[in-house]
Amino acid sequence: MERGDPFASGPSTAISEDESLLVGLRAGDAASFERLVRDFGPRMMSAIRRVLSDESDAQDALQDAFLSAFRALATFEGQSLLSTWLHRIAVNAALMRLRSKRRRPERKIEDLLPTFLDDGHRFDPKPAWTADAASLLAVAETRAMVRRCIEELPEDYRMTLVLRDIEEIETSETAVILGISPGAVKTRLHRARQALRTLIERELL
Amino acid sequence: MPTIDCRELILFLDDYAASTMDIGRRAAFDAHLAVCSACRDYLRTYLETTRLARGLPVEPTELPDALVRAILDARRTPTFGQSSESQ
Repeated sequence: MERGDPFASGPSTAISEDESLLVGLRAGDAASFERLVRDFGPRMMSAIRRVLSDESDAQDALQDAFLSAFRALATFEGQSLLSTWLHRIAVNAALMRLRSKRRRPERKIEDLLPTFLDDGHRFDPKPAWTADAASLLAVAETRAMVRRCIEELPEDYRMTLVLRDIEEIETSETAVILGISPGAVKTRLHRARQALRTLIERELL
Repeated sequence: MPTIDCRELILFLDDYAASTMDIGRRAAFDAHLAVCSACRDYLRTYLETTRLARGLPVEPTELPDALVRAILDARRTPTFGQSSESQ
């Protein structure tokens, strides 16, 4: 039976479908595993692509994520939705893959931060764009532009922005995931937002 | 009331935006924003940037069939489940 988009189901429907799927998975039913991959994989891949821009890396991370999930199925206690659990595993797999990669040449964050004159005024402020986020996000091209800009952030900053602003993971948990202090998370996030603002400004003006 | 300049405002803009600074310091930020249109614009576009990132919809795409097969085949390999399994 087609499950449809499991991330779009209501909570009670999703729990019921989770339980039904888990019975099959724990019994080693091949069709249940295929259903898990086909139903949940597209959203997991979307989450992974917010961290990894390279398609090959993203596919490897998705495979890592599913294999981790398959191994951990016996310990999944149903305290969260299967979709939530898988989403977190996917993000972790993407971060692990990102860390294991040789770093590509990337921009310096300082080049994307505002600069100031000796008197404390900003150097060369540009006219601000006027469109609000809701109207910008209504356009597919703009959404793609924002994603490109996020990809251009230096990796440490991109990871912080993805975890805090997109995945909405708390500062303390983000600090544990990234292995840095909560204060460093806060500093990185502010710099990442400023840098992203600069990149978007360059696209919109 | 202490005054601040554009550099200080932008340096601590996240605290201001998150309302995590004390009342006196916030008043200094408000006073600066009242007279500095460049910082008002910066604050607005900083907040819009955060909204843009947060508002990006999850856009699932169909997985290539070969990838689905690779994932399912990997589960059936003899080494699956071993902690030393290479990734």
